[in-house]
This record gives sequence, C-alpha cells and structure tokens, in this order.
Amino acid sequence: MTDLTALTLAEARDKLKTKEVSATELTKAHLSAIEAANATINAYVLVTPEHALAQAKASDERLRKGEARPLEGLPLGNKDLFATRGIRTTACSKILDDFRPTYESTVGQNLWDAGAVMLGKLNNDEFAMGSSNETSAFGPVVSPWRRRGKDGKPTTDKLVPGGSSGGSSAAVAADLCLAATATDTGGSIRQPAALTGTVGIKPTYGRCSRWGIVAFASSLDQAGPIAKTVRDAAIMLRTMASHDPKDTTSVNAPVPNYEAALGKGIKGLRVGVPKEYRVDGMSKEIEKLWDEGIQWLKSAGATIHEISLPHTKYALPAYYIVAPAEASSNLARYDGVRYGLRVPGKDLIDTYENTRAAGFGKEVRRRILIGTYVLSAGYYDAYYLKAQKVRTLIKRDFDEAWSKVDVVLTPTTPSPAFASGEKTGDPLAMYLEDIFTVTVNMAGLPGMSVPAGLSSQGTPLGLQLIGQPFGEETLFRVGQAIEDAAGRFKAPERWWLGDGSGSSPASAKGKATKPAAKGKGKR
Amino acid sequence: MSAAAKTQVKPEKSKNLVRGATGDWEVVIGMEVHAQVASNSKLFSGSSTAFGAEPNSHVSLVDAAMPGMLPVINEECVKQAIRTGLGLKAKINRRSVFDRKNYFYPDLPQGYQISQYKQPVVGEGEVEIDIDGEAKRVGIERLHLEQDAGKSIHDQSPEYSYVDLNRSGVALMEIVSKPDMRSAKEAQAYVTKLRTIMRYLGTCDGDMEKGNLRADVNVSVRRPGDELGTRCEIKNVNSIRFIGQAIEVEARRQIEIIEEGGTIDQETRLFDSVKGETRSMRSKEEAHDYRYFPDPDLLPLEFSQAYVDDLKQHLPELPDEKRARFMKEYGLSAYDAGVLVAERESADFFEAVFDFAPPGKPGALAKGRDGKLAANWVINELFGRLNKEGKDVATSPVSAKQLGGLVGLITDGTISGKIAKDLFEILWTEGGDPAAIVEARGMKQVTDMGAIEKAVDEIIAANPDKVEQAKAKPNMLGWFTGQVLKASGGKANPAAVNELLKRKLGI
Repeated sequence: MTDLTALTLAEARDKLKTKEVSATELTKAHLSAIEAANATINAYVLVTPEHALAQAKASDERLRKGEARPLEGLPLGNKDLFATRGIRTTACSKILDDFRPTYESTVGQNLWDAGAVMLGKLNNDEFAMGSSNETSAFGPVVSPWRRRGKDGKPTTDKLVPGGSSGGSSAAVAADLCLAATATDTGGSIRQPAALTGTVGIKPTYGRCSRWGIVAFASSLDQAGPIAKTVRDAAIMLRTMASHDPKDTTSVNAPVPNYEAALGKGIKGLRVGVPKEYRVDGMSKEIEKLWDEGIQWLKSAGATIHEISLPHTKYALPAYYIVAPAEASSNLARYDGVRYGLRVPGKDLIDTYENTRAAGFGKEVRRRILIGTYVLSAGYYDAYYLKAQKVRTLIKRDFDEAWSKVDVVLTPTTPSPAFASGEKTGDPLAMYLEDIFTVTVNMAGLPGMSVPAGLSSQGTPLGLQLIGQPFGEETLFRVGQAIEDAAGRFKAPERWWLGDGSGSSPASAKGKATKPAAKGKGKR
Repeated sequence: MSAAAKTQVKPEKSKNLVRGATGDWEVVIGMEVHAQVASNSKLFSGSSTAFGAEPNSHVSLVDAAMPGMLPVINEECVKQAIRTGLGLKAKINRRSVFDRKNYFYPDLPQGYQISQYKQPVVGEGEVEIDIDGEAKRVGIERLHLEQDAGKSIHDQSPEYSYVDLNRSGVALMEIVSKPDMRSAKEAQAYVTKLRTIMRYLGTCDGDMEKGNLRADVNVSVRRPGDELGTRCEIKNVNSIRFIGQAIEVEARRQIEIIEEGGTIDQETRLFDSVKGETRSMRSKEEAHDYRYFPDPDLLPLEFSQAYVDDLKQHLPELPDEKRARFMKEYGLSAYDAGVLVAERESADFFEAVFDFAPPGKPGALAKGRDGKLAANWVINELFGRLNKEGKDVATSPVSAKQLGGLVGLITDGTISGKIAKDLFEILWTEGGDPAAIVEARGMKQVTDMGAIEKAVDEIIAANPDKVEQAKAKPNMLGWFTGQVLKASGGKANPAAVNELLKRKLGI
C-alpha cells in the first residue's frame, strides 16, 4: 500500500470516493506520521487523535451511504489562531494559558461542515507576529527542508519554515496533513509557503470570515489555506470562504468553484511585472527565478507588461505602523481578568503588569509598545494617519495597474529560507521578509505563493501572484501554469524519522518532481 | 451663526449672575448627557438589555471580549440615535465612524470602548427650554453612539472586586451641549427637556435612578463679558436635583478660589450629595491618553437620505409643537400647555378628555371653549390628587373618559363647579359613570326658577336688616347669593340666583 500521507488532497478525495481507502485509514496514517515527526518538526502544538478518529468514523459512515460532502474524510491541520470548540486555543501565547473556547471559528466550522477531519492545532508565531515561527510559546517549528553547505554537502542546520503560519507550512511539506488552515496579515501564508515548497493563498480581504480567529491586525488579517498543490488550495479555499453576518467586514458575494477555473489556461492574460520590486539586496537567484517565471507564463500564452507601483517602498514602514497599532488595541483584552493567564499582584495595575509581562513574548511586547506609541496623543497624525494615507496610495497604485494587467507576478520573498536564530537578533532583518507581501494586505488584494524552484542551497523558492479584488480564480489559473512549468517540490526524504542515516536531503540534488504530461496528470 | 454661539460672547441679563465678594460672576455650563438607548439588545451584540437581571446573565461572547469575537452593529440603536437627532433638530450625518477609545479597566472587557470620536452620527442641533416663561435655546454640539461599560462591585469581598458585565456593551447616546447654560436652573431645565424629548420619541426611558440617564456637567465662571474660564467636569451626576446642587457648589467653590487670588485647575470632579461638595477625581495631567483610532472591525456607518426622511416622517409630535398646538387649539396659557406636554402621557390624557365627549352629544366639549376648564381639572384636580397619593397618569383611578364626562356636565350647566368636586371625589373612590351618578344622587344644578324664587323670598323675608343694608351697599349681594346657594345644597344655579336677587332687592 502506498504512503497515504504522500497523497494530495485531490488524490485522497478521489480515493475516498472510489473507496480505495477509508477516512479512518487516512486519518490513522496521518496521526502516525505526526507521532513520528512532531518531536522534531514541532508543527503541531496539540494533536487531537480521538477527535479526528471520531470525525473520520462519521465520514466513513457518510461515504458508505453515498452522502459525502466536499471535503468528506480529509484530514487537515488547523492553525492555533482559529478558535476550536472545547479544544485548547492559544495563538501560541502563554497569555491564553489553557483557554478552551466555547465556539468554533466560522472558517473551521465551514471545513468541518464539509466533512473535513481535524488532526490537531498547528504551531505559529505568537499571535501571528513573526516570519520564522520562532516566537511561539511552544518553541520553534523546524522546516522539513535542509540546505546544502558551501561545500555542496547537506547540512543539519535547522531551517525555519517561515511564519507566522510555520506550523501549517511545515506540516503540509512534511506530509503531516493533507492541507492546513493559515492566516496572513503581512505575508504569513505566502512567505511560509514559499520557504517550504507549498502553495499558499491569502484571498481578498473579506472573502473569509474573521469570526473566531484570534485577531492580530483586524484590517489586514485574512484566512486562507496552505496546501500541496494549486488544485488543493483551490479546493480548500472554496470551502473556507463564505459571507458571515457575524463579521461585517466579510463580503456578501458568491464563492466560485475555484477548482473549475484551473483548466481554463492563461492564453491572452495580461501579466504585470512591477519594476519597483527589483529591490536592492535581492538575491541573484531570486531574480533569476522571477525571470524564469515570466518566461513560463509567456510560453503559456500570457502577455508580459512592465508596470509601476510607485509607492511600494513605503508599504513596509507603513505596515509596521498600522499592524502594531491595531494589535496594541486587539491584545488589550488579554488582561488576566476573565480568561487565560493571571499572575496576581499587589493591586490591579500590578496584576495587569505581571500578567502581561509573563504572558506575552518579546516580539509581541515590542509590537504592543510600537502600536501604543504610534497611536498616542501627538504622534497619531505623524504615524498612524500618515500610514493610512500611504495605504490609500498603495491601493491607488494597484487600481491604476488593473487598467493594464490582470495579474501581477513578483517573488514571494527577497531571500531563501534561513536557519533558526539567524535573524532573531535583528527585528528589522526579520521585518524585511515581508517586503514583497505586505503591499497585498495593505491593499486588501488576493495574493498567492506558488513553488517555482530551488535555491543554490537546495531550498524552495516561491513566486507571488497578486490579483484584482476577488480575482482568486485568475490566481489559481496562473498558479496552475507555474506549477505545470516548474513542477512540484517535495520535501526531502524524511530525515526526521531516521537516526541521521537518512539525513541526506533528496532535494540537495535539485530534483523537482516533474508533473505528468500537461492535461493528463491529476494533481 | 447660531443664537447659541452668540450667547458665549454676550453677557447674560443680570438675573443669572452670582454675587461674589468682589463683584458679580457669570456661571457657564455645558453638559454631556449619557442616555441609554431604548432597545432590546446591545449596541454590538444580541444580548438583552433588561435591567435587574442576575449578574453576568446577559453577557455574550462579544460582550466578554472572547478571542476572535467581532462586533456587529444593531440597526435598532442606529435608528434610535437618528430619531433622537431629528428630535433635537440636528444635522444627521449619513456617514459616521466608530472609533476605539483605549484604556484598561476590569469592567471594560475589550480594553477599549467602541465610541464615535471625530465623525459622530448626529451633528449640531438645539433644544428650547423655558425659564420663567421665557424661551431660551441651548445648542447641541453633537450626539454619538457608544458602548456602556460593565459594573465593578467593590463591597462584596475584602480581597477581590467583582465585575458584572450585564451593562457591558449596552448602547448609549452621548449628547454634548454647547456651553450655553448660565444657571443651575437652566441646566436642570435642559436635562428635563432633553429627557422629555427622548421619552416622547421612545429612544430613552430617562430613568435616572437606574442610571439610564446621567450627566457630566462642565462648570466654569467668569466676569460678565470675559472669555470663558477654566472648566471643571463633574462626572456622572445622576439626578436633576443633584445637577442643580452640584453646579451651585462648584460655581461657589471656583468663585472663592479666584477671589482669593487662586486659579482653577482643569480637572474631573465628583459630586458628593451627602456632604454637598465636589472633590477632585483626577487632574488634567492624570487624564488618560485614549489612543482613539477607527475601529477596523467595523465599516463606516452609512445610510441613505431616504432612510432618514422615512424616520422623520414617522416621528411623533414633539413637546414644543404639541405645546404650541395646545395653546392654539385649546386656548391654553403657555404655562398650562407646558405642564401638560411635560410628559407624553399627560398630554395624551388631556386630549383623551375631549375624545370621550364627542361633539354633537349632550355634554360635548369644544376645544376652544372648554380647553381652559378641562386643563384646570386635569392639572389641578387630577394631577394634584395623583401627586398627593403617589400615583401617575397610567394608574389614575379616574379615567379620561370619566373626567371628560365630568367637565361636560359642568359646561352644559348640569352641575356647578362645587358639585363637580364632590362628583370627582365619588369618581376617585367609587368610580362609575359621571352622568349616571349625578342623576342617581340628585346632584343636578337647580335651574327650576320656581324653586329658586321660593328660596330667595325666604332669605329676604328672614333678613330685613340685611335687605336695608344691601340697598345702600350693593356689595351685600354676595352674602345673599351665598345664603341661597347654601339653602339649595349648592345645587342652585348661581347666575340665576344673582339675577333674581338683583331684581327682588332692587339693586
């Protein structure tokens, strides 16, 4: 029998339908894989086997009766930012302690209502603040990928899986779930997807409900999937997205069948290449990858247009005003009064201070301080208000671009995956990870990262597609074209299972799993 | 330029000035009134707003600020705010924005209050108050919607404070006046009028005892004609009487400080009604930095002009218009009309008195002819009695129909005013149909001239000395009238008696 965890979501769906496998078998296979890997990878902060097996059993019953729903019996991971009814939800922060919500996030509920199985809660940067999954209260996530040293030999450096959805990207890349939920405030879906060879899409702001997702920066936060293939991401997003009366910023527009858009090709599609994204310090191989991407799309029938997004350079500084400002207010509710951690003090103020000092990690505290500062009297106009104006200009840049092009192609990250600890001492270097992704959140647009190649060190690199508002279907079409051209990039052999003997990363040879002939293979 | 703005620079008439040791002072008052919106559920959640429930029994996940919870605006509360704005003749802003006001306190679960800071739903308007028969306009600066906080309870345990979140998230309208008031009396009249308008509209029940209406009072003093002085804000005054007292003592305190060479510190103060003083709560330096910014969880609040027009069209008649109509239609004095319209229920009762005695039937009332008489009965007899017995219009033992019947019996000459008081007593204690009671108990006014003449003759015959006096001094007629009425048991028609006496006595 084949390794069930190596299946894509679409493949598993088909095998369940033909009763080749059962939901229980599929779930058990994943639970075993998690058990074997998690001590090393640390992708899951909580595994829920009983919950998963009960859901799988119910799915098998439905499959038997022919009453299967769209995601029936498919085991998924759920980022710990999503509230889960009766199941510990912490946003990977000590301050939430052993918090068990009495409610399920709307996105989660949509998935479970469609028959999906939850394997457990996935690690992330504390309150989704980080780009390496090193700020989690549960410790860092280790990428299943390994890089080559200068001598060309594989190293045992612990690479980061990106962040904040590092648990999601690592779990998908290491076959610890078929797909995962994730969230993206400044790049937290796309950057980890790029660093792990997975597909991640942040849909248009308002496409998914934010209800029941622990808030970081409300005007930027958006849920989306991380998956093994473009098709899998399309399947996931269709179910995750919905209009929700409980979130007034969610948009009441029908959710298209994204999977159906995949076969449409990209002939005649106008692809924009923004000159402002050729930033100083961008690695040569990223530039090369970008050019390669342009060629692929051209070959697939798209036309390429250089465009200008003149306010791009202001996006990152503006983002690091808006996001912390909103976060400083959103995180005020964690005060030790009603739920979560409480560290008593001699009086009320003391209790607040003790609780928040003990409960929040360093990066979260830093952002609360920045946010509090930029909103304070006398600074509001200079920082917050100005940042909002930048935001309007960024939106305008894109509005103008949309008169010329249908989609924009850029790299996802300025550099390949780095090792744990390499950037932790330098917050600004870490913030630069978001340089290509934040504009998309600032403008509320959909953005997708698709694996496109490997770095000289043998680690994955991604290309980013930016779409028009609610242009997700176009992103999936173009994403499919890139995937068809570049192939899939599987994580190396499972070094975490062995004692070091199997630690030679398969990817070190630079081998990508090439897809079957166009139009034939189901991925 | 509004009338309200002009009053800021023009010294008021001397009657409002306060005499200090070194001369006259003018008191300047502005107010922020917090009025709980009459609605079944909270501003951003579906929880009930009912008063007096078990602590923490009306708390939703949103009210408790659970992680990932989002506010959803309650349209009913928006509607009530717009209606109130229309009642204050104010500008309605078709686009307004909710902001977060950030501060930490255990009864504020989110760590911020959702309020409206720079773009409120209602802009400038005005309220007309009546001071000793003179109309005065108080300008409204703005009205905005915001969430109430929960309640901290400090007296249940020596170690802990408790928090009740039932109020947390309940919708409040903060109504900010311009600094247009010049005395405690004007401030009281303003709050009273505001309360009346909202009660007419049904947008706030105005119950100050339950805390559903409370006022922050800004007080400053200055020499007449000077620039505005430094103000102090007296927080959360919860009765109209205390508003008056707080202003008086605060103005006096400020005048004393300035006259002794001191200066006023801008600060927030509390009124202690037991000690009759205000005391400092926090100074300007200690004031919070609320870090206001637009709430990213909520879209700007927008609605169409048609929506506003529709609400306007369905507004009830408001007290000012009703008073003008009562004066015109019923010929009432401004004072009487004012008393009647002070409560919608009173005004409705008064009008119902006429409804129940329709024209064309015996005892029918005519608005123009009988308005004053009916108002007298409603205000003096009925309200006086209700007040005395601690009842109100809703629990009145005498209905509008009964009172209408009684007034009708007076105007058509069936009973005299004196008998009517006896009839009222019977209606109050026993109830029944006024006409039937009068008939059954022989209370009808005697208009039978034969019977009256007999009584007149008897009195004249029995008092020859008085007859002589009356001829010299026609004023004596009154004595005779009294005697005749007394002999008839009050039932003789006084006009007929007078006529007859004049003739018989030859005066």
